[in-house]
Amino acid sequence: MLNYDLVVVGGGPAGMAAAIKARECGIDSILILERAEALGGILEQCIHTGFGLQYFGEQLSGPEYADRFIELVNEKKIEYKLDTMVLDVTEDKTVYAVNKKDGLLEIKAKAVILAMGCRERPRGALNIAGTRASGIMTAGTAQKYVNIDGYMPGKKVVILGSGDIGLIMARRMTLEGAKVECVCELMPYSSGLTRNIVQCLNDFDIPLYLSTTVIDIQGKDRVTGVTIAGVDENRCPIPGTERTIECDTLLLSVGLIPENELTKNAGIGLDRVTNGAIVDEYRETDHEGIFACGNVLHVHDLVDFVTQESQIAGEGAARYILGKKGSPEYITTKGVGAVRYIVPQKVNIKNEGDVNLFFRVGSTFKNATVKVTYNGETLITRKRPRLAPGEMENVTIKNEMLKGFAGGGVIEITVEA
Amino acid sequence: MIKNITCVTCPMGCSVNVEISETGEIISITGNTCKRGDLYARNEVTHPKRSLATTVRVEGGVYNVVPCKSSEDLPKEKIFDCMQAINSARVNAPVKLGDILVADVCGTGVNIIATNHCPAK
Repeated sequence: MLNYDLVVVGGGPAGMAAAIKARECGIDSILILERAEALGGILEQCIHTGFGLQYFGEQLSGPEYADRFIELVNEKKIEYKLDTMVLDVTEDKTVYAVNKKDGLLEIKAKAVILAMGCRERPRGALNIAGTRASGIMTAGTAQKYVNIDGYMPGKKVVILGSGDIGLIMARRMTLEGAKVECVCELMPYSSGLTRNIVQCLNDFDIPLYLSTTVIDIQGKDRVTGVTIAGVDENRCPIPGTERTIECDTLLLSVGLIPENELTKNAGIGLDRVTNGAIVDEYRETDHEGIFACGNVLHVHDLVDFVTQESQIAGEGAARYILGKKGSPEYITTKGVGAVRYIVPQKVNIKNEGDVNLFFRVGSTFKNATVKVTYNGETLITRKRPRLAPGEMENVTIKNEMLKGFAGGGVIEITVEA
Repeated sequence: MIKNITCVTCPMGCSVNVEISETGEIISITGNTCKRGDLYARNEVTHPKRSLATTVRVEGGVYNVVPCKSSEDLPKEKIFDCMQAINSARVNAPVKLGDILVADVCGTGVNIIATNHCPAK
């Protein structure tokens, strides 16, 4: 059995930032466990630029952003094991993992940070009719083939879903010589950033069909075409709008799901909307000493926000290990109406600093007012020129406000048009 | 004439309006929230530029390709020529982040630099 103060599950941007912060807060004994053959997580295949503007104030590619943290992990001599799959995290914070070199590892930790990230929704989650031909894959899988392995998975491409990965891959496949026929989006709006619609689709004259989906896939060995159709307000295909597009590849960019199998097995309570753990302001789950951060907690728009959140979790884990946590008194947070969720779901009113509440809306708003109430009384109102489901928002609860709250209270956030 | 442009410099995606006179001169630029937005909009109506991120083939590395980017933005109309030049280039492992992989790509004066490490096999 190995003993560490802190075990971090996942060596992507979240795990690295959390481990580095915990080290800075005085924790010496830290072990990062990473499934892949290198630290960096999904950033390694995200070779486009646009990372780091918030955190570093410069435009970096994914690997460059990751490299800054890999350097710090090495500089601060934080231990890590690569090619290592975590099998189980128990309630008493024993972590079971396996790799080719050590075999089965049993690691006793004082605190655990869950930073497993998220994965893409696959075809099976969509129930698209049609054959099981080759050439159907998630946009992220295609991204790995092109950017890491160095080969093209197709020549004539249809993309379903206009999330950022789908848009980025539309440009990437086009640059490498493929013809991207179109991007179809089920919703009447794209969930991708506007800049990506401009620089990934408009720049290359790739059409974006909104309120449109793929209803059938043809082809025996390889995809030969897909049938697309317009959808009504209930997202049901409209008869008569079907048309077939010849293609050899269908890429899916239809959402991300936090990868919480370990969390569930540990019996940790999950939020039904975020699909991530229910946490307090230090990102501690309902199991004492087990924390979660990054895309395993809720899917973020920018890696910069993942870094910031993970530093909070790293600090929280350090406080817990050093016995500084104290006995918390919690109020809960609740999104109302268009506010789909809030992270953190609970806040310790004895916290000594300000607390940021992150939330996401379910539809688009222009010139909206964000209203924060405590036990029904309005605390904060903030004007926002634009709110969209694809863009995470946040409001700060000042420490003076927290001091005036009582345990068991409820903070609600609503949006008024 | 007013031309509406979405700035792609950062994830904010500001909507910028550029007012252009009949002789093609820029009269005003509004809607941007930083200096970079002003510059982007100015370039976009006169001489559009884009950053390029792609990969270069590596001989003898642990990976087949290493990611790279243009050290500065490239003229938009030259992007596909640059892709062709970059795709016909070969570099030997090991490659270090920041190495120049293709110098002065297509005579643009812009270098293509590695954005990750690729150790030798």
